[in-house]
Amino acid sequence: MPPEILPVVEKILSANDMVALENKKLLDEHGVLAVNVMASPGAGKTSLILRTIEALRGQLRAGVIEGDVAGHVDADKVAETGIPVVQINTGGGCHLDAPQVQNALKQLPLEQIDVLFIENVGNLICPTGFALGEHVNMMIANVPEGHDKPIKYPGMFSEVDALVLNKIDLMPYIDFDLEAFRTAVTALNADAPQFLVSCKTGEGIQEWAEWLLAQSQRH
Amino acid sequence: MQAFCGILATMHEMAVTESILEIVLRHARVANARRVLSVTLVIGELTGFVDDSIQFYFDFMSKDTPAQDAQLIFERIQPRARCQECGIEYTPPNSRLWTCPECSALGGEVIAGREFSVASIEIE
Repeated sequence: MPPEILPVVEKILSANDMVALENKKLLDEHGVLAVNVMASPGAGKTSLILRTIEALRGQLRAGVIEGDVAGHVDADKVAETGIPVVQINTGGGCHLDAPQVQNALKQLPLEQIDVLFIENVGNLICPTGFALGEHVNMMIANVPEGHDKPIKYPGMFSEVDALVLNKIDLMPYIDFDLEAFRTAVTALNADAPQFLVSCKTGEGIQEWAEWLLAQSQRH
Repeated sequence: MQAFCGILATMHEMAVTESILEIVLRHARVANARRVLSVTLVIGELTGFVDDSIQFYFDFMSKDTPAQDAQLIFERIQPRARCQECGIEYTPPNSRLWTCPECSALGGEVIAGREFSVASIEIE
């Protein structure tokens, strides 16, 4: 056979995307709203999840999937509250993928969950490329990491459905230009609501939790 | 962005390179190809995938398959945005605020830059 060019035109993440669709279908069957929580390491993903669960207690039943490179520190924190939780260790992987979430879903009592928080691996790049079956993509930025992050990591900032800026209680001590930050986020993603919160003091949590509750009711 | 990824990025590219190889070998098999000479990939700049890293894993994973020694050809797609005020399309600047060059409106809808596909394979 002489050399020839064969057109393929196939999306590379299709295998992952197919499993993500299966996950979404399973979640839909059980009426579960899945939230993909993305942020850099130390942004306060677990803290925000716990604060949100607390704010929504009595209104939404929560479940959590914890994604970490190693260890189960975060899952232990969640388990202390009595919330169903599964830890995924990626063993070096920088993001969660749909097959990992599929396995985790098998270990959760989905019929007892209204909102499932999927805490992705701390990373501002890779997680956006891998659908998990989630309904809401959100990210947490935080004051100490600086106001220039939207400009440095446009991929994630431009794709999320909602943005939470955490650690606003540290604003007086840090050169964080809130206006520049908000302008940069709006430039990339005008549709995503921006919530300013402090998981330390609880400021702003209610507003974010109410937005999430509205998403769940619409689901 | 590439510098930040460092060792993390290598895991990132490993996962997608498995998918690339699977697609390439499946199409080559269906076409009864003996050998895959090259693979053309289309990659949007907003995806953050690193060419060298994909090539590294591809060389490793394709050993003893019909795609061994295949050359990867990377077609990079620059980001494009459509202004939501005046509707013109523009190339957003790297590492600066996305503002419309016509009407100065902030932001825009991403219409290119997220591509990530196998476009074609050269076989014999």
